Amino acid sequence: MLIAVVAETSPGETRVAGTPATVRQLIALGYEVVVEAGAGRHADFPDEAYAEAGAEVVDAQQAWAADVVLKVVAPSEAEIARMSERATVVGIFAPAQNPELVEALSRRPITALAMDAVPRISRAQSMDVLSSMANIAGYRAIVEAAHEFGRFFTGQVTAAGKVPPATVLVAGAGVAGLAAIGAASSLGAVVRATDPRPEVADQVRSIGGEYLAVEVEEQMESSDGYAKATSEAYDRRAAEIYSEQAREVDIVITTALIPGRPAPRLLTAADVASMKPGSVVVDMAAAQGGNVEGSVAGQKIVTENGVTILGYTDLAGRLPAQASQLYGTNLVNLLKLLTPEKDGRLVLDLEDVVQRSITVVHEGDTLWPPPPVQVSAAPAAQPVATPEPAPAKQPMAASTKLGLAVAGLVAYFLVVAAAPDPLPQHFTVFMLAVVIGYYVIGKVHHALHTPLMSVTNAISGIIVVGAMLQLVDDDAVIRTLAFAAVLLASINVFGGFAVTRRMLSMFSKG
Amino acid sequence: MDVFSLATAAYVVAALLFILSLAGLSKHETARGGLSFGIAGMALALVATFMVVVDVSADRDEVLPVLLLLVAVVAGAAIGLWRARIVEMTQMPELIALLHSFVGLAAVLVGWNAYLEYRDRHWSLGDLAGVHDAEVFIGVFIGAVTFTGSIVAFLKLSGRMKSSPLMLPGKNYLNLGALGLFVLLTIWFVADPHLWLLVLVTLLALALGWHLVASIGGGDMPVVVSMLNSYSGWAAAASGFLLNNDLLIVTGALVGSSGAYLSYIMCQAMNRSFISVIAGGFGIEAGPASDTDYGDHREVDAADTAELLKNARSVVITPGYGMAVAQAQYPVADLVRKLRERGVDVRFGIHPVAGRLPGHMNVLLAEAKVPYDIVLEMDEVNDDLADTSVVLVIGANDTVNPAAAEDPSSPIAGMPVLRVWEAENVVVFKRSMAAGYAGVQNPLFFRDNTQMLFGDAKERVEDILRAL
Repeated sequence: MLIAVVAETSPGETRVAGTPATVRQLIALGYEVVVEAGAGRHADFPDEAYAEAGAEVVDAQQAWAADVVLKVVAPSEAEIARMSERATVVGIFAPAQNPELVEALSRRPITALAMDAVPRISRAQSMDVLSSMANIAGYRAIVEAAHEFGRFFTGQVTAAGKVPPATVLVAGAGVAGLAAIGAASSLGAVVRATDPRPEVADQVRSIGGEYLAVEVEEQMESSDGYAKATSEAYDRRAAEIYSEQAREVDIVITTALIPGRPAPRLLTAADVASMKPGSVVVDMAAAQGGNVEGSVAGQKIVTENGVTILGYTDLAGRLPAQASQLYGTNLVNLLKLLTPEKDGRLVLDLEDVVQRSITVVHEGDTLWPPPPVQVSAAPAAQPVATPEPAPAKQPMAASTKLGLAVAGLVAYFLVVAAAPDPLPQHFTVFMLAVVIGYYVIGKVHHALHTPLMSVTNAISGIIVVGAMLQLVDDDAVIRTLAFAAVLLASINVFGGFAVTRRMLSMFSKG
Repeated sequence: MDVFSLATAAYVVAALLFILSLAGLSKHETARGGLSFGIAGMALALVATFMVVVDVSADRDEVLPVLLLLVAVVAGAAIGLWRARIVEMTQMPELIALLHSFVGLAAVLVGWNAYLEYRDRHWSLGDLAGVHDAEVFIGVFIGAVTFTGSIVAFLKLSGRMKSSPLMLPGKNYLNLGALGLFVLLTIWFVADPHLWLLVLVTLLALALGWHLVASIGGGDMPVVVSMLNSYSGWAAAASGFLLNNDLLIVTGALVGSSGAYLSYIMCQAMNRSFISVIAGGFGIEAGPASDTDYGDHREVDAADTAELLKNARSVVITPGYGMAVAQAQYPVADLVRKLRERGVDVRFGIHPVAGRLPGHMNVLLAEAKVPYDIVLEMDEVNDDLADTSVVLVIGANDTVNPAAAEDPSSPIAGMPVLRVWEAENVVVFKRSMAAGYAGVQNPLFFRDNTQMLFGDAKERVEDILRAL
């Protein structure tokens, strides 16, 4: 089948749905690949690079006629009309927010797959485009903030005076928030983070942030991997924390989004007014209404008291090469799933939960919205019916053990009592040696097991002594056998010690 | 003070030296000292016995026994030292198994001799006649079991015999039957000693030893080698009873009980029943979940692995038998040195049963001059794995299988394993997707944070070194 990577026509869109590297992987799956001329221009992938990777560079007309069209953002009405019948288009469609788009897609006998509808289950992680884009956006948010911020992020003591480190507050520790925390703390800033889900506290700490808990009698549990709306008591306490923090911190990054709802308001105009002049706020939710009062989607605003509010909505697109590479890889992983035979034939299996979730339109039938998928196992883990463990061997009861030990001792007692001289002395020696052998080895270091075994092996060659003493017998047969025994045991004695010496000489402390 | 009382005194001192030797070998600092004690004890025992033989022969104006002794010892020493010098460290398990078989065979020969010695003057033993006969039987039996058992272990370890367990119908009854027959034959022999009974019991024991080890899978060989070590000790102790020689009893019992305890420690590490090991055959059953779909694995190449390692904060290497097979310990040691020079924190996590005998990995890594303070045991490293950037699994499979911890129906359920899957990235060096020794599929290979690097471990590590 023919896959096309088309150029993005939306204003300001810099990404592209395939890079030369991912084109190579698509070809390896058995597909033929065409790339619209200039598709990778903004992401610094020239047409020649695609051609070199094995794709054919074609014009828009030819590209849109392909069997599978890979795109970044949703196609326009005109573009949908250009598609062949029974073709498939893949992209980031936000079908929940765009009912008109779903409507437009279903008017043609085509199939539309929304990459942003991939459920958050571990199997689908490799195609989770929201995560891969949020990761980039979180990083870029810090870079943008650092660009606007008139000072260092890291603290320094210099000959020209002491520089305090910048303090960064990240609201929402999802993928974007965590990426921002990581980027800010690696620049040297002091980073604090808030999130209604207490289980992310460890994740925040693991990348160098400090988790600010909102302490109310409420536990946020999420069954689909995204944050939910919070209660009133929680919101009141959280608002107090944001007001306190706004007065203290230099940079605020807000990432709070709830799927299908307007973004929650975290910072009020009064909070922003209380911030220090020169502070920077990056509102990553500006497109969904904004977490910060006064932010404007796509704009940079400077308030009266000198606070910069960035409402950029194209943060991921500001790293076009990186974003295209990650998105392209997400697409390759999806196509791997859709091409089970690796024969260049796309097979959509609507029984599969991942494939069902992303299918918005299937050959003209609207399949949106998909049935909900329960994904997150971490919070609210319901005890799944665990399979019965394989019937383990019953451990011996304590009384049975005791009985066996007593029986053994009694048997030993009877044997020794009945044994004629000199056996009892031998038994005494034997028993003491057994006990000593047990205790001597009890504390052996793990690494010395092998040398120990080879030395005990050499020592067990002591049987050579017995064989030697038998050599003095005058019977020729006995002599022959004894000779063989001495020979064998000697090999063991000398070989065992020599091998141990070799091993020990290799143990070195560096 | 004749030569006999001198010899007895020497034996007592030698026994003490052997105890000090084992005690010394339990710590790195004293290990060399322990070896010296062992050699001194053995030398003392050999010289004392030699003096006795010379003395007895001189009384009878004979030179032949002394000559035979010297020839046998010198020849044995030459062969032993030669084998020890040329053996590859990876073949250590085979050599040790082979050496065990020599002790077993020597015990059989000594037992036979003890019977032949008194065959014509059995009356001279008086009250002890029955005891003597029973001792002959027991000594020969243990020796023969050790002999064939070790031979089979040697063949399996050196790959000359299939390592999968032999499954005869009713194998436990075969073993029990052999033991019961042995008891009956012993009683018969004590009542009425005949040479053919001795031949019969020897054959019975040889067959039992063969079957015991043949019915154990190759993956459990570390325990078997240690168990055979213990058997060879018991064989020596039995000969001691037979020959009225306390040195043999002490030494044999020392080796026997320490070997048994070592096997016990290893059984615990593998979550196996100790009794079922001694009885032979672990009863490996096929797991019910064999047809589960685990999904797809991801492949990675050496260059990307090198990139991953370059950017890593901390690296843990978990080697297994595959590293030994591929002789990859030298390039692995080089890799460790290079990464440490770059400031990466590199450590080794060694599973107690990695390889084919206990401490196998430590020996190989020591051979390649890896400093031993970065070589950690499973328990020391397991809790740190979650904070590790990259785990390199080199030729290990069952010891890093998450099914042991997570799937209660898995055949290896409950066996302690290295929790490598908690690390950020796992790179598995493997020749193919085939299952490990336990015959169990490893879900680790299909995890999202796992990447497979296929091919010979040594070549792949060398590729990574070049890429660095």
